[in-house]
Amino acid sequence: MWRRSPSFILDRTSSSPPMAADTTRAPQNPDSISAYYQTRAAHHGVITSEWLSQAQAAVGGVVSGDEHPVSSLNELGNEKSFNVIEEFNSWRKQPDLAEAVAAIRALAAVIRASEATTMMELEIELKTASDTLKSWDTTSISLTAGCDLFIRYVTRTSALEYEDFNSAKSRLLERAEKFGEISCKARRIIAMLSQDFIFDGCTILVHGLSRVVLEILKTAAQNNKLFRVLCTEGRPDGTGVLLSSELSKLDIPVKLLLDSAVAYSMDEVDMVFVGADGVVESGGIINMMGTYQIALVAHSMNKPVYVAAESYKFARLYPLDQKDMAPALRPIEFGLKIPTKVEVERSARDYTPPQYLTLLFTDLGVLSPSVVSDELIQLYL
Amino acid sequence: MDTRRGALAVPKVRRVGFFTPTEPPPESSQRPNRSQSGPVEATTSSSPLSDSPSGNLISPVLIPPSRHHSDNLTARAAAPVPVPGPAAFRRYLAHDRSLQVGSYNAPDSLLGTSPPSSNGEFSEDSVSLFGFQRSDSTKLSASFPNGGFDLTLAGRAPQEPETKTATASASEGKKKIAEVSGKSESVTTKPQKEKEPKSMKDKTTKAERRAIQEAQRAAKAAAKGEGKRHADESGKANPGKAAKKPQPKKERPLVSSSVSEKTAVAVEKEKRMDVPQTQMQYDDKSRVDKAKRRAVVEQTETKNKVELFLHLPQYERGNQLPNLSSNFFTLDTIHHAVYKVGLQHLAGDISGDNARCIAMLQAFQEAIKDYTTPPMKDLTMDLTTKINGYVSFLIECRPLSMSMGNAIRFLKNQIRKLPVNLSEPEAKASLCSDIGRFIDEKIILAGKVIVQHAVSKIRDGEVLLTYGFSCVVEMILLYAHEIGKKFRVVIVDARPNLEGKKLLRRLVSRGLDCTYTHINAISYIMREATRVFLGASSIFSNGTLYSKVGTACVAMVANAFSVPVIVCCEAYKFHERVLLDSICSNELGDPEAVANIPSFSTKAKQSKMMDNNKNLQFLNLMYDSTPSEYISMIVSDYGMIPPTSIPVIVREYRRENLLL
Repeated sequence: MWRRSPSFILDRTSSSPPMAADTTRAPQNPDSISAYYQTRAAHHGVITSEWLSQAQAAVGGVVSGDEHPVSSLNELGNEKSFNVIEEFNSWRKQPDLAEAVAAIRALAAVIRASEATTMMELEIELKTASDTLKSWDTTSISLTAGCDLFIRYVTRTSALEYEDFNSAKSRLLERAEKFGEISCKARRIIAMLSQDFIFDGCTILVHGLSRVVLEILKTAAQNNKLFRVLCTEGRPDGTGVLLSSELSKLDIPVKLLLDSAVAYSMDEVDMVFVGADGVVESGGIINMMGTYQIALVAHSMNKPVYVAAESYKFARLYPLDQKDMAPALRPIEFGLKIPTKVEVERSARDYTPPQYLTLLFTDLGVLSPSVVSDELIQLYL
Repeated sequence: MDTRRGALAVPKVRRVGFFTPTEPPPESSQRPNRSQSGPVEATTSSSPLSDSPSGNLISPVLIPPSRHHSDNLTARAAAPVPVPGPAAFRRYLAHDRSLQVGSYNAPDSLLGTSPPSSNGEFSEDSVSLFGFQRSDSTKLSASFPNGGFDLTLAGRAPQEPETKTATASASEGKKKIAEVSGKSESVTTKPQKEKEPKSMKDKTTKAERRAIQEAQRAAKAAAKGEGKRHADESGKANPGKAAKKPQPKKERPLVSSSVSEKTAVAVEKEKRMDVPQTQMQYDDKSRVDKAKRRAVVEQTETKNKVELFLHLPQYERGNQLPNLSSNFFTLDTIHHAVYKVGLQHLAGDISGDNARCIAMLQAFQEAIKDYTTPPMKDLTMDLTTKINGYVSFLIECRPLSMSMGNAIRFLKNQIRKLPVNLSEPEAKASLCSDIGRFIDEKIILAGKVIVQHAVSKIRDGEVLLTYGFSCVVEMILLYAHEIGKKFRVVIVDARPNLEGKKLLRRLVSRGLDCTYTHINAISYIMREATRVFLGASSIFSNGTLYSKVGTACVAMVANAFSVPVIVCCEAYKFHERVLLDSICSNELGDPEAVANIPSFSTKAKQSKMMDNNKNLQFLNLMYDSTPSEYISMIVSDYGMIPPTSIPVIVREYRRENLLL
């Protein structure tokens, strides 16, 4: 915005420091690749091995870079942080497991390994572990949200409720185990809830590869609903290609679109289904790049936009605009050699404001965007 | 002043109704705030009245004295009123009488004892800006039985409307009624007493309680005998209007009935305190007159009222202060700390919602420290009425902001929840610490939390636009600067207050890069802004922002330029009401401020001329409302929330408030 401002010329002469800061900021993090999106890509398996190795190297850089502040914080947390992240990574490898659940499993492992004898000690240990996890991948919203949720649960559980510390501890472990089940169950619930919205003969536009959306479509197909799906291609990691192949296995008629053909085919679409990486406090969603423009097109053509997201993706974030989030970067292949002078927009996700969303299907029920904040307040306050 | 007194000739007629020869002479000491001119004037002016025929008529009836609020009005009678013809005179009388029948006697018998208490009722409603109406309606319904009772007892089935139209011929009949009503005291008190057990915690028998009450009443009546009454009567603010319009009668029954049941109603009212209250409508003559009679601050109404805003108080500015400040050392009912704060509000020395609220709470704290429960009284009840009196005084000085209403509600809640077995010093200590905690947690700490949240939304290289002056926004900007964020500030300001100057001065002195402009340039300057930070006076359940006038304009322009609008507001300012426009509840500033432009001071004469022009009205609105769709985010002490979740916070906050 301010670049357009007429007084910008004045600014440049008078106060150059802010400008300099701004320009130096961009090259600062070209190498940090969003681990979240890398995992997603790995799960999808539609990427070149070359890219994967490249990404892996990049992730390694991130981890080592991130450890410094942690170790400087406290020595004790350092070795534990290794534990947590390794644990987390091993859980993360399972393609069916959501990131939040992996995080909670990792935290549960921390509890199991902990030698703490009081609730307070355990809390502190968990806190450092979750902080390490969070700082390890700041771009993953559901990881942060999952950690917060679990910590929240722990702090709300006091050993006083149980006879002794050990029973409280086992209770926490139980809870952590349950969480994984809940996340699987959540998908089922959402799928069931959404069935009322899918009618025979409808055309559904899907963007991105969301496990929840896939579950919804699967359930609809099992219920013998007749519908057609339009998949966007989902550059650069081809999520649409993967989804369309999954759907064709279920004998659902699928059509693959270019990402840029959304507006072109919007008039034959009855509803838009998207998943979400995170649902933010305003009720908007953060999702794979392209969701925002699809929502805009759908909104201008008066088509409903439905979001399917589990409640553990609700995050206490409040982006005001697209740039108001930690950027999640990923490498993009254009197939051609790009001149070095050309900048490439590599952000992996965008923010869709709530006014462009119609409903959110969550395991808490079918919500309008404004209810998200209600739920969050009740959860965290 | 003197001219005004002269004008009082008319009101004296009304006064007659309350005159009782048997009463003790007026005690000037009893009357608050009138030390200067009041007593003398009142007595002198009233004496001729007693001779008036109406006075004679009433003499046999013992009519209880009116409440203290009226005292101050003596001087107020301000507007010179044409003296009505004899017919009008008598008619007037009749009204008065009928009114008494319906209302005054009974209440007085019950409550005449404590002037503040009578006030209290009024002020409790007014606690929040929108105090009055709702409670009144309920009160009305609750009280009618009593009022009606009296009337019927008196053998006079006709209700108020008829009495209104009654002319001189009816006056004799009225006399009888008045007598009857006097006798009927006991009857009227009965229903109240039955309700009393609720309010009275000790288990005395009915008879005992009644005896106590009677004694108190008698004492009170004696104490503030005639003088007060005279004062009341003479003090009627716009007698001319009253004489012309029959409304005053109508109003009185309300008053009386409500007063009579006060103690009984108090309990109900406490329950009702959770229910949002409505604002007093100043175009409702009866209620305004009622309020005026109780007023400590004399206000003269402006000559040229703005028609659309008749429901808001429109008073002349700047003429009350000298009078009030001279009364400072003769305070009776109002604690000096509260009085001081009231004057500061009136003079505009304290502005800004937070500052006003803190000042008020601290004054209450002092008042509570100095408070001692009168014998035979319950701390919970008496202190509440005391606070109510203070609050109504503060409202007279300047309408309360929503946040102050919330704070008062909190305080009353605390008083109500005091354990019965607490000793007085303990109770006082606990209340003081509660108030202190409220200030610390809900205002000061909340501000700090807001700063922490809001700063996370400021990135390097941004241009932040703000409007007017908001202390939270100031804190945010200063803190962001402190932690080394690089940004520029655009301060948009508007006449007549030019509050932005204060902000500008403070920011520039700290080395921030500022641009200062007026609101007319908003559409131009908005291009460069990347964030708009706004303060708030209140936010309503539907997400409507109620803030300094001009805020809506800024927010709408920002929306048009798709610049996010961030509102910074402590959660104690959230209000459970719904606001749809800026007309229903607002505050009117000094119209002079709009008319007078400093640079045109040489043309002062001209503006004076404009002043007298009947076709010219100046409207100085203080607040406006911004619909929620123009607000991107609200930063409160509960974090960053969308405007749609205000009701959630209000719900949570109020629950928490109750637990506090």
